[in-house]
Amino acid sequence: MSKISLIIKREYTTRVMKKSFILLTFLTPVLFAGMIALVVWLGGIKDDKVKTIMVIDKTQQYKDVLKSNESYTFEFVDADVDDMKKQNGKDEHFTALLYITGDLKTDSNAATLFSDKQVNMELKSYVAGLLNKYIEQQKLASYNIPNLKEMVEESRTDIELKTIKWGENGNEKEGSAELALIIGMVSAFIIYMFIVIYGAQVMSGVVQEKTNRIVEVIISSVKPFELMMGKIIGIAMVGLTQFLLWVALTGVISLAIGSFFGGDVDVSSLQKVGQMGMNPVPTNVAPSEMQALITALSSLNYTEIISLFIVYFLGGYLLYASLFAAIGSAVDNETDTQQFSLPIMLPIIFAIYAGIFSAENPDGPLAFWCSMIPFTSPIVMMVRLPFGVPVWQIALSLTILVLSFIGTTWMAGKIYRTGILMYGKKVTWGELWKWLRY
Amino acid sequence: MILLEVENVVKQFAGHRALDSVSLTVPENTVYGLLGPNGAGKTTLIRIINCITAPDSGEVRLHGKRMTAADVQHIGYLPEERGLYKKMKVGEQALYLAQLKGMTKRDALKALKYWFEKFEIQAWWDKKVEELSKGMAQKVQFITTILHDPKLLIFDEPFSGFDPVNADLMKREILELRDKGATIIFSTHNMETVEDLCENISLVDRSKIVLQGNVAEIRASHATNTFVVRSVNAFEGNGFEILSQTLKNNVFESTIKKQQAESNNSLLGSLIKQTEILSFEELLPGMNDIFINTVKR
Repeated sequence: MSKISLIIKREYTTRVMKKSFILLTFLTPVLFAGMIALVVWLGGIKDDKVKTIMVIDKTQQYKDVLKSNESYTFEFVDADVDDMKKQNGKDEHFTALLYITGDLKTDSNAATLFSDKQVNMELKSYVAGLLNKYIEQQKLASYNIPNLKEMVEESRTDIELKTIKWGENGNEKEGSAELALIIGMVSAFIIYMFIVIYGAQVMSGVVQEKTNRIVEVIISSVKPFELMMGKIIGIAMVGLTQFLLWVALTGVISLAIGSFFGGDVDVSSLQKVGQMGMNPVPTNVAPSEMQALITALSSLNYTEIISLFIVYFLGGYLLYASLFAAIGSAVDNETDTQQFSLPIMLPIIFAIYAGIFSAENPDGPLAFWCSMIPFTSPIVMMVRLPFGVPVWQIALSLTILVLSFIGTTWMAGKIYRTGILMYGKKVTWGELWKWLRY
Repeated sequence: MILLEVENVVKQFAGHRALDSVSLTVPENTVYGLLGPNGAGKTTLIRIINCITAPDSGEVRLHGKRMTAADVQHIGYLPEERGLYKKMKVGEQALYLAQLKGMTKRDALKALKYWFEKFEIQAWWDKKVEELSKGMAQKVQFITTILHDPKLLIFDEPFSGFDPVNADLMKREILELRDKGATIIFSTHNMETVEDLCENISLVDRSKIVLQGNVAEIRASHATNTFVVRSVNAFEGNGFEILSQTLKNNVFESTIKKQQAESNNSLLGSLIKQTEILSFEELLPGMNDIFINTVKR
């Protein structure tokens, strides 16, 4: 077995056999699924506490409109607002105080909701909804046109805009911008996480070898560059193993959940999670919507996304990992790594923000340039991919990425070579520059 | 036969010169001592021999041929700062290091079995290195250094961290390795072991070699013309100087300093005339004194 493959094997097996790796790999998908299940379950529980809303209605018009239901009780009082504020909590507690000063038909600002806490969205939209509906009807009635209500009802339309993406050969696919966004963001975030986590592992591995002094024994057998590359590749394989296991486990778990709850629960509850807090009215996923989601899900080219994910993950990881290795070699202990890792962390963090903004306009200049710059491209390109990216752009971005990681690896190798044998010296940026030119 | 030659090696680091035109030759099948105070440049020299760092000028030759990275296979190196992967098991780690040196797994296992039995440490095989004491870890590292049967062994302070019993064991192992055909370079501060083990030495001080040669010859050349003589009766100073004279168990033990020009035999001749001589031995300076005197200068 060649020496570098020995090193790769050691780096790989020692990490994969670790309890923490096994736990993290198998628990993360379970935890993730559990978290979603928990949110869905908590969201399903009705808040059974009835909230009291005091109403001071100067116009005396709205008594019939604001009807109590199982969540809210409206109590009409004739009192001063300031008195009510003071009174709150003394005799009885009420959630909010609705103060209507004038005719809402003519003055839409005449109603105010007071509370000792910030009024939540659900309450606000519920009260506003009731009032709106009533005023709307009032206004319609005031036109004195027969059957107007029916006409308005009839004219109300809800157009659903279908999005269809056509491929090179003209075949059409029904797409979903939302789904593309979710898939893009999730894969970008996973790449970001992997670069940070496994890059840091490379760095601490190098620091440990240096502080352990084992590095001197090993580089009397192999070249420093082989040791560095062996470590970087070994850890990359650990990352890939983890990713593939996650994909497999997520598949198994969602299949299990799907068969346990029966077909549609999976999708509808996921939608609920997305809508949580925005819309108090429970939505039932219409069959057509379900259908659309499934079509959209199957419209994405998974082979392309997963294979490019792996390519970009490797490219981005190799680019950053060699820099992390260089830093690890330059310092004497792990606490010293912070000063040097900041300039490396900054572009990664910038990349994730650029990715978020690119999602809004996946073909805009920010998205384009950030998917070309090698330090941000692995993350930003993942956001853009599900929206469709021209092949020449992918090819160009990958070429730049590959050339850059060859460059950074070469640079890192030079710093590493000198750094690992340097002890007890406070390293500065100037010093690193000097090592680079040895 | 000369195994290793170092010729005019210069190594400059930013701000200071670590090695200044250093040359030495190590004969095959001998133990060679590399001495010198801390920071003199020993470790840099060892690293250059190991091809870890490259010299700025000068060259290192093995068997008369310029050394290449491939030759490092034939070197076993035990650095001064010992280190093993703490979380790795002893056996696994020894096997890994042996394979890195180019041994096949089978050969490595066979050799490891031999050495672990010899040192009676088979029970450590599945222990993690962090569970071992410092001395125990050193033993393991010693084994990994010599496992691939290298022609040239380089030990940097091999006895530090060992108790006297184990230090002695190591000393015997080193001599045994030499008898089996290996050549050994070791650096140390312990001058007693130098006298016990080394045929030749180089003393490095402030990046230069200040003293070099055969240990016996060096000691002879630093002779102070003093002798310890045990005799039946006391001496009287006559053409020589008596530095001290004590009576122990009816035997006089005198330290005598002869004149520079006088030969040993003529001194002995004049002593014999005075009384019966029981023993006559030249008092050679220890390497310790030579070291201190040379470095102080």
